[in-house]
Amino acid sequence: MNGVHDMGGMDGFGKVEAEPNEPTFHADWEARVLAMVRAMGAAGAFNIDTSRFYREMLPPHVYLSSSYYKKWFLGLEEMLIEKGYLTKEEVAAGHAMQPAKALKHGKFDLTQVERIMVRGKFARAAAAPAKFNVGDRVRAKNIHPTTHTRLPRYVRGHVGIVELNHGCHVFPDSAAMELGENPQWLYTVVFEGRDLWGADGDPTLKVSIDAFEPYLDPA
Amino acid sequence: MSQDHDHHHHHDHDHSELSETELRVRALETILTEKGYVEPAALDAIIQAYETKIGPHNGARVVAKAWTDPAFKAALLEDGSKAIGTLGHVSRVGDHLVVVENTPQRHNMVVCTLCSCYPWEMLGLPPVWYKASPYRSRAVKDPRGVLADFDVSLPKDMEIRVWDSTAETRFLVLPMRPPGTEGWSEEQLAELVTRDSMIGTGFPKTPGAPS
Repeated sequence: MNGVHDMGGMDGFGKVEAEPNEPTFHADWEARVLAMVRAMGAAGAFNIDTSRFYREMLPPHVYLSSSYYKKWFLGLEEMLIEKGYLTKEEVAAGHAMQPAKALKHGKFDLTQVERIMVRGKFARAAAAPAKFNVGDRVRAKNIHPTTHTRLPRYVRGHVGIVELNHGCHVFPDSAAMELGENPQWLYTVVFEGRDLWGADGDPTLKVSIDAFEPYLDPA
Repeated sequence: MSQDHDHHHHHDHDHSELSETELRVRALETILTEKGYVEPAALDAIIQAYETKIGPHNGARVVAKAWTDPAFKAALLEDGSKAIGTLGHVSRVGDHLVVVENTPQRHNMVVCTLCSCYPWEMLGLPPVWYKASPYRSRAVKDPRGVLADFDVSLPKDMEIRVWDSTAETRFLVLPMRPPGTEGWSEEQLAELVTRDSMIGTGFPKTPGAPS
């Protein structure tokens, strides 16, 4: 979707301000939110792409004015309600009132913690040979799905070069909508800065994205 | 602490809204616990792991090893996840870590314009600036301007390559080894490797410079 989360190339957000000696969390609730998202995801309530999509669907003014973990919290709460793991009434009451919905991987308990500290695997067997080779010229499609996609707006319509082939991976556009993993070939595609940003762009800049095959046309 | 954070990042939370967030988060955890979805002690353990086990020290060990062991460096650049898997002392790493090497000709920088993808296992949880709008919006268009915000400048004709982490691939920058470190041990070198030098928004510390 063409949301405010797709920020590459936007102006006006000001300077990058690093915080010296930044703590891991700025408040206890941030840590609880991170842990709940990780736990409920690992328990099978949602996949990582669906959780990203719920954050992207926050209204733009909410997205832009909420801190990072606030966005995580708002996305989590909405997603768990819509997927039937809890109800609005329970949220309002602050207590469980309905029977639980079964989780695909069961309750998240202490024995599960170690396994989630290593990233999941997203590579899958290929259903068809790769369409593109390293070195090929490709054009990022001019597509504007209203659902989840990982093709940022700033590259759409532009020509780049395939630099790496990462193999076949879970396709976020399908997984986020719970339409299955629909694995697709994944490539690093590199663009000239001036192709993206015009003649005034930095001539020394090259930008790459990781692009799934359905995002690309031969060029 | 929280007020400083909110002020610093220009969010318009006042103290009461923060308290409301705290209450809502607590309520959600209560519901998830009462419904038997999560065990609070397991949440504690997740938090403890993120606070103590993962962090830039993991990435620093990998970089220092690459600086001292050419065979490891070659393997690391070929397949980051596989090479790191051979190091017993670094936490395990998931698939698809791509290590990109800075050279005198090319500087690499990593961003996630769409959200906050970051090599957690190597660097820990990302800092607020990495996840915030100024960095995400500008890194792909004006990386030299972003670097100036970090008081970092590159030679005018050096290529700058920005890696936008738009899939489940994760990127780690292998910075150049600082001069004046000949004969240093891996442990000594690891002390010079900063988090930002592995994101590409900084350089390693140089020997003798104040840290």
